[in-house]
Amino acid sequence: MRVWLPLGAGLLILAALLVMAAVPDLLTPYDPLGFDYEALLAEPSPAHLFGTDQFGRDILSRTIAASRIDLQIAVFAMVGPLLIGSVIGLLVGWFGGWADALFGRLADIVVTFPFLVLVIAIVAVLGPGLINMYIAVACVGWVVYAKLMRGEVRVQRSADYVAAGQVLGFSTGRVLLRHVLPNAVRPVLVYAVTDMALAILLGSSLGYLGLGAQPPEAEWGVLIADGKNFFTTAPWISLAPGVAIVLAGLGFSLTGDGLQALLDVKR
Amino acid sequence: MSLVVRDLRVVFDTPKGPVWAVDGVDLEVAPGAVLGLVGESGSGKSVTLRAIARLLHANATVSGEVLWEDEDVLAMPPDRLRRLRGAEIGIVFQEPMAALNPVLTIGLQIDESLEAHTELDTKGRRARALELLDLVGIAAGGARLGQYPHEFSGGMRQRAMIAIALASSPKLLLADDPTTALDVTIQDQILRLLLRLKAELGMGLVLVTHDLGVVAQTCERVAVMYAGRVCEAGPVASVFASPRHAYTQALLRAMPGEGARAGAKLVPIPGQAPRLDRPAQGCAFQPRCTVSESACETRRPSMETDGDRRFACYAEARL
Amino acid sequence: MSIVLQANAVERRFPAPRGLADLLLRRPIRAVHALSGVSIAIEAGETLGVVGESGCGKSTLARCLVRLIAPDAGAVMFEGQDIATLRSSDRLRFNRAVQMVFQDPFASLNPRMTVGAALAEVLRVHNIVPDADIPARVLALLDQVQLPASAAGRYPHAFSGGQRQRIGIARALAMEPRVIIADEPVSALDVSVQAQIVNLFMELQERLGLAIVFITHDLRLVRHMAHRVAVMYLGRVVETGLTHDIFEAPRHPYTRALISAVPSLIPGQARADAVRGELPSPMAPPPGCPFHPRCPIVMPRCASDAPSLINGVSCWAAG
Ligand SMILES: Nc1ncnc2c1ncn2[C@@H]1O[C@H](COP(=O)(O)OP(=O)(O)OP(=O)(O)O)[C@@H](O)[C@H]1O
Ligand SMILES: Nc1ncnc2c1ncn2[C@@H]1O[C@H](COP(=O)(O)OP(=O)(O)OP(=O)(O)O)[C@@H](O)[C@H]1O
Ligand SMILES: [Mg+2]
Ligand SMILES: [Mg+2]
Repeated sequence: MRVWLPLGAGLLILAALLVMAAVPDLLTPYDPLGFDYEALLAEPSPAHLFGTDQFGRDILSRTIAASRIDLQIAVFAMVGPLLIGSVIGLLVGWFGGWADALFGRLADIVVTFPFLVLVIAIVAVLGPGLINMYIAVACVGWVVYAKLMRGEVRVQRSADYVAAGQVLGFSTGRVLLRHVLPNAVRPVLVYAVTDMALAILLGSSLGYLGLGAQPPEAEWGVLIADGKNFFTTAPWISLAPGVAIVLAGLGFSLTGDGLQALLDVKR
Repeated sequence: MSLVVRDLRVVFDTPKGPVWAVDGVDLEVAPGAVLGLVGESGSGKSVTLRAIARLLHANATVSGEVLWEDEDVLAMPPDRLRRLRGAEIGIVFQEPMAALNPVLTIGLQIDESLEAHTELDTKGRRARALELLDLVGIAAGGARLGQYPHEFSGGMRQRAMIAIALASSPKLLLADDPTTALDVTIQDQILRLLLRLKAELGMGLVLVTHDLGVVAQTCERVAVMYAGRVCEAGPVASVFASPRHAYTQALLRAMPGEGARAGAKLVPIPGQAPRLDRPAQGCAFQPRCTVSESACETRRPSMETDGDRRFACYAEARL
Repeated sequence: MSIVLQANAVERRFPAPRGLADLLLRRPIRAVHALSGVSIAIEAGETLGVVGESGCGKSTLARCLVRLIAPDAGAVMFEGQDIATLRSSDRLRFNRAVQMVFQDPFASLNPRMTVGAALAEVLRVHNIVPDADIPARVLALLDQVQLPASAAGRYPHAFSGGQRQRIGIARALAMEPRVIIADEPVSALDVSVQAQIVNLFMELQERLGLAIVFITHDLRLVRHMAHRVAVMYLGRVVETGLTHDIFEAPRHPYTRALISAVPSLIPGQARADAVRGELPSPMAPPPGCPFHPRCPIVMPRCASDAPSLINGVSCWAAG
């Protein structure tokens, strides 16, 4: 069926990623940090499937070992915006009025800047590093979640079951949390899955630029950056992490799209 | 007979399996005659109308015969079909908002129909459009022509649909619940208009409705549908006075009647609407029927004819 | 009889959205006059039927009565107090006493709560019974609306329209109300289930002594179940009185038009002439009596002076 194929493929990729991140030691053929001066810049071969780098470290092992950080980035860079955006969206969607108008203006301003540019600007101010990157992403990324949530809440707010809750004398908090939220949250959660693909891309872009994860921490973007000096002589150094980024991105996107179709969420 | 429908069947192919929405419907409409089509929600009234005009979705398989002035509609080539719809058969859809184009003004939509089906020039079409709006009781037509569907109230949209359907002076009008959103006083105006067109132009009319009062006041004949089939058909007066199918009787009893029986209990129809994805072996109404016998459960009653009445019910004599 | 809930000259306007053009051209703020001074009183244990054409303000009135929206002028009085001024515990007492049943049984239930959870929530939030007794009370409520105990564990989507409406009624009953405002509770239901719900209302009234405000456009239903009737036209009550009197001897020309336009179930009965003319726009209600542009017995003063409701009718000609 049309829904299950992308969803299945996506979930399969994510499951593989999860296993890699959970038990990298069991999967890596070599010590990811072990130098091997016998095999500097070795081409891909049966011994080193994706070759080695200038210190003779096995690229495949390094890529697998890096998956933990990238998965962590995917989750953390999504959770912050999700929480902040949902709360703000819920409140402005429900109460409307000047707060809603203010939010509208603010959202308009934020979305006129390219996402990446804004994040880089904030990281530049705060200084490089993962934590600062999460803060920067949260500062910019909440807007999308808030807009999604606000739209859903406004639809739900005029539904009769909400009016029924008010006639039944329920407090606003109860109506919001027990009735509106569960009915409004679905598209937001589906979007969050897709958003993790973007988060991985973002994390590795910043890593590549030296603004995200810092070098001893192996992160796919950092790995690609490592290989950039040898790009003409040993292009395979960047290949495995590049493929990993593409696959992980694909995994989250497929899962997100599959969920969207399965749950019949309109965007 | 201008319209003859024989053994019409519509099966929808859905992800959950086939749905037998219309399952062997026979209908006849003479020129200038009014046929009422009533029945439970989901019994296939709209699907029947759409099948007659060949307006069903791609997942529908239609079989049987639809003869329009002895021409087989189901076998018509596309260009003949286009002339048939609109020019000869007008259609008023159940959801006027879905059937009107939201980005075109009402005036343009009437004009489109007039342009396609009449010889009038621009001025003549505008005059005719105003006249049509006036006919359906929308005054100040000049300003109204420039408005978009969302600027009309529900009832006005419904009447705009009727105006569009009438633009080409069709010989047959298929009207699907055309007066639900209307105040009874406006409903009355519309029904009078339809009856006048029938009398003056000899227009035939198939009127789907939930209001048995509307049927009593406008239709000569009525067909009662249940679970995709016509379970009873005949002249309105005799069907209402002495129903010969258990469902018809139950339906009539469920309505509050005339006069001073106020306060008395109504007689609801017990049980659940039938499932069209799992057709019953016997009579589809049997699980809800209060007068059923054992035969009803195992064998489907066939249509019997008695004079101008038709019915498919074993318990007919005991009603 | 004692009055439990009362609307005193309630007015409510909805400002129309202002486009840029309106701002640039400095057009005055336009508003829909949904209610223009409506007064009604609901007595304990009686059914008050509210009828009127679509858009005349019936739902707005219902929402004012349950405090979902606030009137712009006038007041809704509960136990001699303006409900807008009720605070905390008084307000909860009002909420418990005055409950609502909605038109759309599909939209008025939270799709993500089981029926049992929805009923239990009401009981718990208002401490209607001790926590230990909640499951038993849920079952009793379901039984009261003739649903099986197994319904408690299921979600609303697993029920038919009529069953969902029962759930909505059970939820209102959980509050042990004295008044139920029912806004077109059967309009979305098939004729075959309408009767069940109407019977249920009548039974509950008998058993629990409920006062019911029954809003509908089905005059036959009102005649069947209401003790008193209020007829609305364009945001005003134009006539009110005992059901029998209103139907046998209507005094307002709109009431007369409404009643004579109800299609009779007996075919071929001669009907009075239809009222002519379009419903006026609630944005620009006509000066004087709102019905005068369509009135068959209009007099010169009707166009300038609005009659007020005197002895249950608001018409210069009825004096
Ligand atoms: N495109 C479709 N695919 C699958 N099933 C369909 C489709 N269109 C209609 N049906 C089914 O066909 C049945 C008959 O529907 P139809 O709209 O004709 O009912 P109706 O008699 O017009 O009811 P109502 O009085 O509520 O308008 C319904 O059970 C409906 O769910
Ligand atoms: N929230 C709102 N915002 C703007 N206008 C509104 C709103 N609610 C109602 N109205 C307008 O107020 C008028 C009265 O509406 P209301 O819903 O009370 O009518 P009604 O008598 O219940 O009609 P119906 O029989 O169609 O339900 C209508 O013109 C409607 O367009
Ligand atoms: Mg239909
Ligand atoms: Mg209403």
